[in-house]
This record gives sequence, C-alpha cells and structure tokens, in this order.
Amino acid sequence: MRVNRWTGVTRLLSIVVGGTLVTACVRNPPPVEPDVPPPPLAPAIEESTARPTLPSAPPSPPAIVGDDDFKFRNLEELNRDSPLRAVFFDYDSTELNSAGLSTLDHNADVLRRYATWIITIEGHCDERGTPEYNLGLGERRAVVVREYLLTLGFDAVRIQTISYGKEFPFDPGHNEEAWANNRRAHFVITEH
Amino acid sequence: MKTLKPLHQIIHALLLTCACLGGVGMIFVQQPDESETKPPRQRSAIDLVIGDRIGAQPRLAVPDCIAVTRDDASQSAATSMAEVLWNDLDFEREFRMVPRDTYASIDPARSITNLALDAWRELGADGVVSCAVERIREDQIRVTARLFNVRSRGSTFGVEYTGALANTRIYAHQLSDEIHRNQRGLKGIARSKIAFISDRDSTSALGLVEYRPTKEVYFTDYDGFNLRRVTVARTLNNNPAWSPNGLAIAYTAWRPYMDVIVSHIFEGRLETPANGTADAQNWLPAWSPDSSQLAFTSNRDGQPEVYVINANGTGVRRLTNHPSIDTSPTWSPQGHQLAFVSDRSGAPQIYVVGVNGTGLRRITFESHCDRPTWSPAPYNEIAYSSRTGPGHDIKVVDLATNEIRQLTFGLGTNESPSYSPNGRHIAFSSTRGTGNKQIWIVGRDGRGLRRITATGNNEMPSWSP
Repeated sequence: MRVNRWTGVTRLLSIVVGGTLVTACVRNPPPVEPDVPPPPLAPAIEESTARPTLPSAPPSPPAIVGDDDFKFRNLEELNRDSPLRAVFFDYDSTELNSAGLSTLDHNADVLRRYATWIITIEGHCDERGTPEYNLGLGERRAVVVREYLLTLGFDAVRIQTISYGKEFPFDPGHNEEAWANNRRAHFVITEH
Repeated sequence: MKTLKPLHQIIHALLLTCACLGGVGMIFVQQPDESETKPPRQRSAIDLVIGDRIGAQPRLAVPDCIAVTRDDASQSAATSMAEVLWNDLDFEREFRMVPRDTYASIDPARSITNLALDAWRELGADGVVSCAVERIREDQIRVTARLFNVRSRGSTFGVEYTGALANTRIYAHQLSDEIHRNQRGLKGIARSKIAFISDRDSTSALGLVEYRPTKEVYFTDYDGFNLRRVTVARTLNNNPAWSPNGLAIAYTAWRPYMDVIVSHIFEGRLETPANGTADAQNWLPAWSPDSSQLAFTSNRDGQPEVYVINANGTGVRRLTNHPSIDTSPTWSPQGHQLAFVSDRSGAPQIYVVGVNGTGLRRITFESHCDRPTWSPAPYNEIAYSSRTGPGHDIKVVDLATNEIRQLTFGLGTNESPSYSPNGRHIAFSSTRGTGNKQIWIVGRDGRGLRRITATGNNEMPSWSP
C-alpha cells in the first residue's frame, strides 16, 4: 500500500512539475484486456526500490506505462474489471481441467506482475447440489486452486480461500450453460 | 403468561373414581416434561373420556371463546383463541376436528360451563372446548378453558391463564399442548418455533463484489406467525441450529470467512466457540442433545472434516479423517453417535460413527444424499435430502430396519429436513409452487403438508425444542 501511495505522489508531482512528462504520465491508457502482454518494464522491480525522498526534490519520472492503470484503481473498480479470471470446474468435480490450468497460468502471470496483491479465492457451485454439501465442495475447489498457485511459488499469505457453496450464482439460469458458469473459483483482490 | 391454574374442582364426579385422576392433575400442574419421550398412546383410560369409539379419533369442536368483556380487543382475542387452538389441535391429527364453519346452528355458550352439549353431540362432536376471554387490565387478559365430554356432560380438564393481551396466540398454543398431553399423552409442539434463513430483507452484502445478497436468520412460531429477526449483520448467514435447551441459536456466518456463531437469543450475546480464522474456517454447527457440545465442519486441517467442541470453546477434537469431504453432522438422540455426509465413495452419502470416532457405518446408497437430521426419540430414524431427479426429495431411513420412506415426490427441490421436538413432523425447504424457496412442514408419515413462509426465499429450517 505504501508503495502505491508513493507512486501516486510521484505521479501528482509529475503533473505539477513536468511539461511533456505530464502527457506521458496521465494519458489515458488503452482499454485493458486480460490478454494484453505484460509491459516491458517489470513494475515489481520499481515498486520494491521506490522510497519516498524529499518533496522539494523532484523525483525521477516514474516508469508508468500502458496497462499499469490497474494500480490506480480502487478495489471495487479493480474487482469489477479484474485481470484475474475465474476457473471453471466439471460437474461435482474439484479437479482442475486443462482449461482451468491455462487460466491459472494466466492468473499467475498477473499475480507475479502485481506482487503486492492479496487475493481471496472463492469456491462456488451450481444449484443442483444441496446447500450444505456445496459448502464443502466450494471449499475444496478454492483450496485446489490455492494449492496449485502455491506450487508455482506464491507466498501462502497472499492467497486466502472461502466457500460460498451455491449461495452466489454468477448466472441465474437453471440450465447446463448456467450451471457450467457457476461451478467456479472466483478471484477477488482484497489488497493491492 | 404469568399463571397457569388448573380447575380441579370442576372435574366430573365420575372421574373421581377413575384411577387416572391423579395422573390428570399431575400432568397439568407441571410444566410438560421435555425429556419424556414415550410414544403417543393409542388408547388409555383418558381416551375413554372423550371419544368412546375405540380406535377412532375423538371428534372435537372449538367454538369461539366467550368475550366476557365486550370491547373489540376482547372479542378479537376470543375468536383468535378458538381459531388458533383449532389449528393446533388439527395439526397433530390426534383428534378429528369438527370444522368451525358448521357451528352456526348452535347457540353460543352463555357461560364457560353452560353450553348446549346436546346440540354439539348432534353435530357429531365427542368433546367441546369451552373458553372465555376477559380483559382484566388495559393490556392484560384472563383466559379460562375447559374441555367437556358431550356424553358424560362433564368437564375433564380445565386451565386458566393470565397475561398480556398480545400473547393470545401463545395461550392457544399452550392450551393445545396441554390438551394433547392430558388426552393423548402426547408432547405437543404448538409452542415450538422454527428458525430459518431468509433473503426477505436482503441487501447487498458488504464486500468487494457487487450484488451479493445477504441472508439473515429469523424464527417464527411453528405455524408461521410471530416473525422475529435474529441476525442484523448484513452478511451471508446460514444453517441455523437451535440448541436443545432452547437458549441459543448457532449458525454459520461469513464475517468475512466462515465461522460458527452461537447467538444467546435471550441475552443478546454472541460467541464463536470454534474460534475461526482465515485458515481454520468452521461451518454447519449441530448441537449435542444436552446442548453441551457442538459438532461442525472445519477446514482447519486442510479439508472439510467433522469436529466436536465443547460449547464453551474447549476440547476440540476431530471426528473424521479421510481425504474426502466430510460434513453435515447430526447427533443421535442420546448423543452417543453422529451421522454425517461424506463423498468418500464418490458421491455424498450418509454415514454413522460413534462419538469416539469408532464404528463407522454407511447408511445410504443413493445418487446424492445430504443434510442428515437424526430424529428425536422414541423414533430412531434419519431424515435427509436425496437426489431423485433434477432436484431433491426428503426421505427418511429407519435405522432399525434400514427401510427408507420418501416424503416428497419431485415437486420442486426439497432440502434441509429438521424434526419437530416430538419427532412427528419434519420442516424442510422446497421450491414447489412458485419456484421460490419456502419452509414447509410434513408429517413423518408424509401426510399433512403445509407451507409456513411466503415472503422472499426461506430455507434451512431448524425446529426449536
């Protein structure tokens, strides 16, 4: 959080100080698609070295480009248009299928780029099971996803889990398509 | 209500010679013994008082009470008493209730003891409940009631209640329970309540994801009246479980992770005995029969397993140990065993295990079974929700014979059964009709289906003691 605040301050200062810099910093980024490849400059490095100095000394221009826009959104906005995609499951299954694995690899790339993010993985089920059992099923789905991410080297404290069973369907329908949409592990960014 | 005074002196002289009189007096001066779990009597000396056709249900009439005070509130209470009592007595199906819309030809009683017994006999009644309501203060009434045998012309039973005018329904419920105990040896449930969750006051839950409707815990009388709200946290809550001593409701709450909350509803005090954290979440609490322990599901060891903990938060111990989902615990009536759900066979099925973790036994062999609820004694059966098609139906397995009987048949989906304290009825949620989830009640024999909620979606009932 502190890093982000600082990046915000530098950006503000840039607006005050810089001429051409201003346009470089605050121009609207292109709409962000989850498929856009990461920018050439890794923000994680910048964030880990950024320290506040004196307000009197203009800092060096922050390296903000393109889709790093994610860093300046509040959590509600970020979760409304999240770069982290849901992982879907087969009926009554807690196993990751190939589509789920490739989604998770995408999400892992995002989480590597935004190393300050803390997430909660929500396990959800379709409406066909009983509400009590589905709490356990959703729990297992969330944990399976978390365990996969942990094998990729993520810090366990960044990834929490919760089950909502069938309480919050994404798709209100009552057919195969809706059920498939609702059997999911949903990613929520809780800190950035 | 403050007082509860039997009117021994009115009991018919014939009864004085009857050996059961002592029993009658004893029964209604005591509070009903909650631990008594004898099966309902089919026939007894008392049965012969009201209803002399052996084996047939006695036929009872419940005309409007006499409004001794003539103001509107008294008259309204007098009618309400009789309506509620008629419904309460009808609910247990121990009596054949003479429909109230057939009473018009009979002169109203001039006093509680002066009623047209011959006319009631002609109408086919074996017994008549005669009652009176008198407003004794601005907000207080006195209710007196007697049960008359139309053949012997004697009153076999009488009560008097004094208390708040607003509690008229409670006096009717109490009277029903006393008549059932006195006449049928049955523990009535008319004063019991049903807790459930509902989205009727739903708002969007606090959190980072848009539109997450909340569900809060409520309870009503068994007949759906007197709604009370328990939780106000604006979060998701579910699976309320009424403690067998009636003092607390445990439930699962997302604040923000799942934990078991025990709400002491008469004290306004909350406890979290399972001490949930983000890494040790707890859900689906189930009380031991003596209210001293809770079984629940937790992921504290990495996956859903069933645990038992003392209600004061000490002595947690793990009951199940299998790399599958183990969840949905329920206690046997004596507290020696628990039933739970496991998908260790590939699909969720019901298992029984001793409270010390030994003697595991699989009970169901169906497509998908969940939410076992062990009946109170004297019955020894487990109600559960079983997938029978696109949805679920309520079934009951008799643990002595392993026979399974089905109580619902594919109308909507039917889930989360909960037994009445006398074991004769089962509350459950169903989407039958409108598609919304509502709380329904059905007899353990599958008869007497009725709906008790209508607003919003209501589910996961838990019947109070």
